[in-house]
Amino acid sequence: MSNIKYTEDHEWIKVDGDTAWIGITTYARHALGDLVYIELPETGRQIAKGDDFAVVESVKAASEIYTPVTGEIVEVNDNLQDNMDDLKEDIDTGWIVKVKMTDDSEASALMDKAAYDSFVEGLE
Amino acid sequence: MKQTPLHSIHTGLNAKMAEFAGYDMPIQYSEGVMAEHNWTRESCGLFDVSHMGQITLEGEGVAEFLEKLTPSKISALKDGVAKYTVLTNEDGGMVDDLIVTRLSKDKFFAVINAGCKDKDIEWIKNHLPENITFHSFEDRALIAIQGPKTEETIRSVLGFDLSEQGYMRYSEAESDYGLLFISRLGYTGEDGFEISVPNEKAADLWNAFSANDNVKPVGLAARDSLRLEMGYPLYGHDIDATTSPIEADIAWIMGKMTNTGFIGAERVINEAQNGASRKRVGVKITGRGVAREGAEICTPDGQKIGELTSGGFSPTLQGAIGQGYIETKFATEGKEIVVRVRGRDIEAVIASLPFVEAKTKKPIKKAA
Repeated sequence: MSNIKYTEDHEWIKVDGDTAWIGITTYARHALGDLVYIELPETGRQIAKGDDFAVVESVKAASEIYTPVTGEIVEVNDNLQDNMDDLKEDIDTGWIVKVKMTDDSEASALMDKAAYDSFVEGLE
Repeated sequence: MKQTPLHSIHTGLNAKMAEFAGYDMPIQYSEGVMAEHNWTRESCGLFDVSHMGQITLEGEGVAEFLEKLTPSKISALKDGVAKYTVLTNEDGGMVDDLIVTRLSKDKFFAVINAGCKDKDIEWIKNHLPENITFHSFEDRALIAIQGPKTEETIRSVLGFDLSEQGYMRYSEAESDYGLLFISRLGYTGEDGFEISVPNEKAADLWNAFSANDNVKPVGLAARDSLRLEMGYPLYGHDIDATTSPIEADIAWIMGKMTNTGFIGAERVINEAQNGASRKRVGVKITGRGVAREGAEICTPDGQKIGELTSGGFSPTLQGAIGQGYIETKFATEGKEIVVRVRGRDIEAVIASLPFVEAKTKKPIKKAA
């Protein structure tokens, strides 16, 4: 059984107990174009569902990344700043932050892989 | 939304399309901004700039009329010579920037910004002397072809040898694609041409260029990053109705300032003689991050001294750059500043423009 969930904003989250790993999907990465910089948050920051917690910069524009879950940022993937290519749909290296969730029903309400795939298909 | 005659070609190439100045324009094609930018610097980029306005002014005394509309010494231009200049308003600000080309003593061709087209036309018509005729070409597209391999590409595609046509020079030629107006200039800092072609032949000409291996299509996003590396201002962002040519640091368009009878001359000449309180400068980001239009420019101790009017990432320099206005007393090359982005101060320095050396062809001096 997969514990990876997806949002309509093209984030993926991996649920590991009460911790959520958050990253962006292949679709998002492609849509964002050539990324050159990521602005990361500090650990310890409280974020609520729908808040932006990071900003990615492409040649052309800045884009915010939103959290689908409420909680505290407990870890930040600083490695991304020097390795923007790692920012992708890869659970081990592509996560941006880990969030200790206060309400795990937020995560379970998100789309599973099959639902997300058909959501993306509907966009194309 | 309006469309250029090349619209279906862009959508056929799966370009990412978006509204620009009322037109549905290609922002980038499948390879993306970075690849398109670098391709233009290395080979040959093809741009649809048909959204821009193409106009002529004709009649006796047209050069003198243009010396009222612009601060440049238009009457000094020779046939077939193009000049970058601006339309000034009564306050010494700018209505638009444009390229003016002398076709003959009594006839000039000009290319104006898409977003300013209606406003410019109204402005010109409101000032138009009775004996001068204004014409706007609704039946012509404009294709820019830019990059170091442009001259050889044109030779191969059109069979024209343009090696004797210098920078900022204009020619006309009959071709398989109708009568072409060929200007050796552009908005990228590379050697290249802007080619005006009849609407009904535009797609054929585009496809003929595209079929050449040197050529790839380039969207408006890379057009913006290319011009930003050259420090060229973009109307509506880096220059507008409130900024004067002196503040914008383009006093060179006035030469020795022998034209003193233009609209808004009072402020412009006063600033030329006594200085302006703010100045457009280049900003090179030395810290981490990218700063965009609207970011505050501050001294390292936090005093606000200006604002960015453009900013982005330079593919050539692999770093962030921008331009903006700051108080003139701080406008010293190398001065350390910070730019404020989402509440965070990023280290930067005032830099001279252009950021990347221009590779435009030198004017060709003909033997007398």
